[in-house]
Amino acid sequence: MKKENAIQVENLTKMFGDFTAVNSISFEVGKGEVFGFLGANGAGKTTAMKMLIGILKPTSGSAQVAGFDIKSNVEDVKKSIGYMSQRFSLYNDLTIKENITFFGGIYGLKKSVIKEKTQILINELGLHNEANKLVGALPLGWKQKVAFSVSLLHNPQIIFLDEPTGGVDPITRRQFWEMIYREAHKGKTIFVTTHYMDEAEYCDRVSIMVEGRIEALNTPKNLKSHYKVDSMNQVFLKLARNIE
Amino acid sequence: MKRFIGFIKKEFYHIFRDRRSLFILFGMPIAQVLLFGFAITNEINNVDIAILDHSKDATTKEIINKIAASKYFSIKQFIDNEATIETAFKKGQIKAVLNFEKDFSKKLVIGKKATIQILTDATDPNTANTISNYSSSILKNYQQGINKNIELSYQIVPKTRLAYNPELKSVFMFVPGVMTVILMLVSAMMTSISITREKELGTMEILLVSPLKPFLVIIGKVVPYIFLSVINAVVIIVLSIFVFQMPVQGSMFLLGAESILFIINALSLGILISTIAATQQTAMMVSLMGLMLPVILLSGFIFPISSMPVVLQVISNIIPAKWFIIILKGIMLKGVGLAYLWKETLILLVMTSFFIGLSVKKYKIRLE
Amino acid sequence: MNIIRYIVQKEFRQIFRNKAMLPIIFVLPLVQLIILSNAATFEVKNIKFGYIDNDKTSFSRELIEKFDASTYFNVLTDFPSAKIASSAMLKGKVDVVLEIPKYFERNLVKDKKTDLSLTINAIDGATAGVENVYINQIVQQYNKKAQVELMMGGNPEFRPQSIETIPLFWYNETLNYKTFMVPGILVLLVTMITLFLSGMNVVREKEIGTLEQINVTPIKKHHFIIGKLFPFLILGIVLLTVGLIIAKLLFSIPIVGSIGLMYGYTVVYILVILGIGLFISNYTDTQQQAMFIAWFFMVIFILMSGLFTPIESMPEWAQVLTEFNPIKYFVQVMRMVMLKGAGLSDIYPQFLKTLAYALIMNGLAVMSYKKLT
Repeated sequence: MKKENAIQVENLTKMFGDFTAVNSISFEVGKGEVFGFLGANGAGKTTAMKMLIGILKPTSGSAQVAGFDIKSNVEDVKKSIGYMSQRFSLYNDLTIKENITFFGGIYGLKKSVIKEKTQILINELGLHNEANKLVGALPLGWKQKVAFSVSLLHNPQIIFLDEPTGGVDPITRRQFWEMIYREAHKGKTIFVTTHYMDEAEYCDRVSIMVEGRIEALNTPKNLKSHYKVDSMNQVFLKLARNIE
Repeated sequence: MKRFIGFIKKEFYHIFRDRRSLFILFGMPIAQVLLFGFAITNEINNVDIAILDHSKDATTKEIINKIAASKYFSIKQFIDNEATIETAFKKGQIKAVLNFEKDFSKKLVIGKKATIQILTDATDPNTANTISNYSSSILKNYQQGINKNIELSYQIVPKTRLAYNPELKSVFMFVPGVMTVILMLVSAMMTSISITREKELGTMEILLVSPLKPFLVIIGKVVPYIFLSVINAVVIIVLSIFVFQMPVQGSMFLLGAESILFIINALSLGILISTIAATQQTAMMVSLMGLMLPVILLSGFIFPISSMPVVLQVISNIIPAKWFIIILKGIMLKGVGLAYLWKETLILLVMTSFFIGLSVKKYKIRLE
Repeated sequence: MNIIRYIVQKEFRQIFRNKAMLPIIFVLPLVQLIILSNAATFEVKNIKFGYIDNDKTSFSRELIEKFDASTYFNVLTDFPSAKIASSAMLKGKVDVVLEIPKYFERNLVKDKKTDLSLTINAIDGATAGVENVYINQIVQQYNKKAQVELMMGGNPEFRPQSIETIPLFWYNETLNYKTFMVPGILVLLVTMITLFLSGMNVVREKEIGTLEQINVTPIKKHHFIIGKLFPFLILGIVLLTVGLIIAKLLFSIPIVGSIGLMYGYTVVYILVILGIGLFISNYTDTQQQAMFIAWFFMVIFILMSGLFTPIESMPEWAQVLTEFNPIKYFVQVMRMVMLKGAGLSDIYPQFLKTLAYALIMNGLAVMSYKKLT
């Protein structure tokens, strides 16, 4: 019996003209999973994710996110998910507080709730001195953390992270994953793309996309034993070499 | 040198890949020239007027016929009383009313004098004044006609020659202006945007770190736009000559040389703007909001400089467009050469060096 | 509804935090209004005038004096020959040259007829036409005076009939160009600011990536668009208000009609412009493209708006095109309401057309905004 999945994808395809960016992928993500969506640059990860979060129309195939169909109920999907884009997408010319107020407001949070959440966020990140500074003035690592926290404001059940740790130092990366785990422990589903193969070790399950297709989908442990290697990095290299 | 060529090539690629901007870059001047040539004119034609005739006799009828026959006027209404004038003006239906007094014929023949009021809607003073003048002329003509029998002695007859533009084609005045405005705005805007975009994207730092001298980086950015603007200038000139029969009485070569000088002037102004603007948005707004109206209004393009208050006449001297328009009109319509235009040319040269010098200085400061 | 409030709040915060843009948005237009309104005039004054007096009699001198006395002409020099005068005109030193022939006085007194030779720089056709009118006026005045002097004691039977024309200038007795141009220039400035800012707004968020974040939220399209437009509407109204105050205080432009009507119309007009800007913003990828396209349309709209040149003088096809030009209606309404005191019943055609335009453009803007590409 299938337990209700957070994400259900069936033959999802995206073509740009003649070029097939995402080639009929199918997979499921269970509730509370930390799911790593891996692949090299240009493999189609971001395209696939954009379809799942409802900002890119699929060419064919279907998907359900949080129980809602991405084609017919896309606005309901958006109410249930949080997103952190690859490019930093908070407003650099607004302060941390102002960004929180804005995004909280757009999600329909009440003023008192926004106030409360702002306090919590600032406390958790230890940003008391920076709360009224412009986000643009923060170092990259802090910006990413703030962006992550903002994506959680409306308490979404599923969180999509697109290469959240790009360009960030190793210590900050680890802190970031600690934040991710905290949310996963609360029962949230995390869907994260990355091309840092070591981060793959942190995931419950991992899929690897190569040229638009999913070439592997399993737990990191199983993948390593299947390919008889010690690290996810080597798993990836093997896969890439196989396809050449 | 090879690096430099490579750099210029990259700039050309940027430009030609942006189809939309390219379309505007070339389409805009063509559209404007065509508009100005065919649609925009200062001349007054077919003005809607109304007649209020209190006499309705043979004389007034004759006069009204003369007015109706004139290409300047189009009689839209015949009204009966003064009260309707106000409404008609308010609604903007007519621009003037000719009011003939009672017993017009009688007063003219016996009393030797009859009056016609020319009431104009002077919210547009230019049209109002012109309507007044034209209608007065038509009436004077009529007056001369009826007085033919009386020997009109002591006539002074002015014979007027209209120099450089005998047919009073307004396009002759506008083409130099349009060319100037377009070259100035496009060049200044394009270079200022191009440079600030690199600043915003962060690629400027890469350029600065490269072995290419900063001076050459700037020149490299500007060169493609020189080509583009020259093409624009050529298109405008060709259009004017073949579509509007605009003459080029003077030397084509001089025309080309002066145009290139002005283009470089505008481009260097763009560079100067880019040194003070941090973002593309600022550069664009400064170029457009800051340059457009002053160039259009203070360069002598539409409004004659000699009619402006002295303060503005002085200010207009620092607008490069003003000098270029004088040069253009001189070469194209008057047929004069450098001997007559050396002063204006020198001024443009000095301005250009000033812009470039200031830009280089500001640029160096940023680097240090 | 609340959601719109948050968007508006964010937009305002961003506008006021942008220290570089603030002077451009507020100070620059008003400075231009003050300075440039003084430049815009078709009045012909200070005409550079030169003459060649081949007669050098009291008659000829008197004629020249008449020109000197006129405020329209600046009598600059007397040229020894036509050749030198021609050269001076080439150089741009004079625009009108009067040549009085030898025996001017003698011919007039004896033969009762003589002529004058005038050369006018006609590059600016309209100005030349006006100069010609002024010249003729002065010559005729002089002629009349000469006639009266020479005909003293003539037979009243043979007095010519004269039609006297009395020009009356309504709404602007002094033919003050500023009364005409200031409302027009104000229109221009408000239009430019609102069009450029709204045109670049959505594209900029596209370029920096924040638009994507917005599209992932469940926000409704029309909430988003209203929230984006509203700040610029306010900006436009503020600019208009300050501009009107300047117009009244500095230029003494009469404000005859209902201010409420003016504002009501302006709100609808600005909505049209914002709709156009937003529409452009939806279809371009970079701020540069958006700016260019906005600029392209704006220049054409401005030139064909009747602000600088009359619409009635345009050929039929051009006049038809102006039906789609929102600026044309604004210029008309401003002048009609401000200067003539027109009421709603007088401007309802313009009002209806502008309203329709606003609905269409904003509808298009909302429709063309894609949260899902």
